[in-house]
Amino acid sequence: MTTITVNATAGSGIKAEQWVQMYRRMVSIRLFEEQVNELYTRALMPGLAHLYVGEEAVAVGICQALRREDYITSTHRGHGHCLAKGASPDRMFAELLGKEAGYCRGKGGSMHIADPATGNLGANAIVAGSVGIATGAAFSAKHLNNGRVAVCFFGEGALGQGVLYEVMNLAQLWKLPVIYVCENNLYTEYTHFSETTAGDILARGSAFGLQTASVDGQDVRAVYETAKRLIEHSRQGGGPALLLCNTYRYTGHHVGDINREYYRSKQEEQSWKSERDPIKRLANWLIEQKLSDSNLLAAIDAEVRSEMEKAVEFAISAPYPDVKEAEENVYA
Amino acid sequence: MPDAGARELTFAQAVREALAEEMRRDPRVCILGEDVAEAGTPFKVLSGLVEEFGTSRVIDTPISEAGFTGVAVGAAMTGLRPVVDIMFGDFITLTMDQMVNQAAKVHYMSGGTWKVPMVMRTTLGATRRSAAQHSQSLHAWFSHVPGLKIVLPSTPYDAKGLLKTAIRDENPVVFFEDKMMYRQKGPVPAEEYTIPFGVADIKRVGRDITLVGTSSMVQVALGAANLLEEAGISAEVIDPRTTWPLDEKALIESAKKTSRVIIMDEGYGRYGVAAELSAVIAEGAFYDLDAPVKRMGAMHVPIPFSPPLEDATVPTEKSVFEAARALCGKT
Repeated sequence: MTTITVNATAGSGIKAEQWVQMYRRMVSIRLFEEQVNELYTRALMPGLAHLYVGEEAVAVGICQALRREDYITSTHRGHGHCLAKGASPDRMFAELLGKEAGYCRGKGGSMHIADPATGNLGANAIVAGSVGIATGAAFSAKHLNNGRVAVCFFGEGALGQGVLYEVMNLAQLWKLPVIYVCENNLYTEYTHFSETTAGDILARGSAFGLQTASVDGQDVRAVYETAKRLIEHSRQGGGPALLLCNTYRYTGHHVGDINREYYRSKQEEQSWKSERDPIKRLANWLIEQKLSDSNLLAAIDAEVRSEMEKAVEFAISAPYPDVKEAEENVYA
Repeated sequence: MPDAGARELTFAQAVREALAEEMRRDPRVCILGEDVAEAGTPFKVLSGLVEEFGTSRVIDTPISEAGFTGVAVGAAMTGLRPVVDIMFGDFITLTMDQMVNQAAKVHYMSGGTWKVPMVMRTTLGATRRSAAQHSQSLHAWFSHVPGLKIVLPSTPYDAKGLLKTAIRDENPVVFFEDKMMYRQKGPVPAEEYTIPFGVADIKRVGRDITLVGTSSMVQVALGAANLLEEAGISAEVIDPRTTWPLDEKALIESAKKTSRVIIMDEGYGRYGVAAELSAVIAEGAFYDLDAPVKRMGAMHVPIPFSPPLEDATVPTEKSVFEAARALCGKT
């Protein structure tokens, strides 16, 4: 691919191939989640999964601004974070199906994917459960002076947990390189966030002196630019930050949440999908800027689709762990 | 075991010396907690450490037990070996999600890829006139959780050797210190030593009854054994030292030999450590027992403030002596 440097009005001076890479990553997440839903409806997946569809620009924009060795912690809605940080779809699908080849040897499942090779400290099924871990990783980074940062992804539901404010206080006292990323997808399970969240979200960070910013989470360029600024500030010793990403969950709380009209309308869902879709928005911009064209993007879509199909096949045919595994890895 | 004539340290000094030696040996070891630095904790257990290791390794935190315990979990996963100080054992309730859902499960949930080599030091024990929220012995709560290791030292020697093992362990370890024991003195050799987990200490050999004691109850068991000896009953005293891993073999063998057992543990007997040890012995030595295994723990009430009430909640040498005599048919 030829290298094109984006002009100043386009944003950041990063290379065209990086935007295209972000496009590919977002499509990967979207199609990964399509396959997850398919595995659920075909009764091939044990349990449930919480899909990240609609929120792809958040994980991709932020992880693009991170280094491989930087840390992330993720949530129950974590497939997008794991993929954006560099996890392989085949081992992720294997984990979702409880197979030995999965990232956690089948012991974690959808909500606990962890991958030391990409700095992924683990997805966490306790809301706000990983805020201490992410802050601790930043504590290590500062203590060991290794130049790393930690990004702590959480949904707006975590704003109700007190431990979040305990660690924000600690992180600012100790000037830790941690970025708290609040993904406000508007719904805490089945309840609109306005019913659970008083006051101003960013003010909760600024009360502790954190750098704060709010961004359109459906615009990967805005997410990337803002994340880049906060991450580098934090990496240089500027202390922690709170980044609020306003986004939307296209599907239900989990794959089984089909009938949603008691808490939100179909029109609302449709307007987010048709007017603010993050993948379409980046595609349109890439074409307008002549950084790509619709044929190239369609080719990427097809490649990713094929990759996901192969990854699912790998996971379906992979063996389950031996039952003896149940008692292994309790202690190191 | 320490040689007779070795130097003597208090329990608090033994804990401090273990920390200081491990911090000198391993720069990854750091301490986090409330008033751990210049104050050296309200019990003065950590006095002098900040002067030697500085405020980057002996770190005062806000009163945020969940927050700084969570930070320790993440720090342990990413290259440090933190030791968190939870001033009173009652406050472990505030750290439950961090310890039970995070620290204990990270290694397993990640298929063995991440590790959490951290230590939580905290206290247990009543009779300090501190009332219901500063007097509990809640070690059973953590003993219930796979993924954690639980240590209950009962002497300065054990405190030092077990704490050094805890800091070197690759797993989350919870270390309960009896706050009434901090000034108790005992022999502690100056030479380097560690004590492995899961190895009970037979404190005294006997024939007629086994007294299993943990932490604060070990001295009570030894005192009761002296009274029993005067009454013609030979008591064996065993300290398991760790509730997990647990030296089941030592408990069962002693029970088989003596045929009568009392378990003494300052936590609540119901659904507690004494209940579990009792079940281990019942399963392993049932056909050799001549009496039901007896549990003696804290009275099943919140710990009261008033001194005569509080004292009545904890097993004593006299109450153990009487229970043992009854079990031996010598009332």
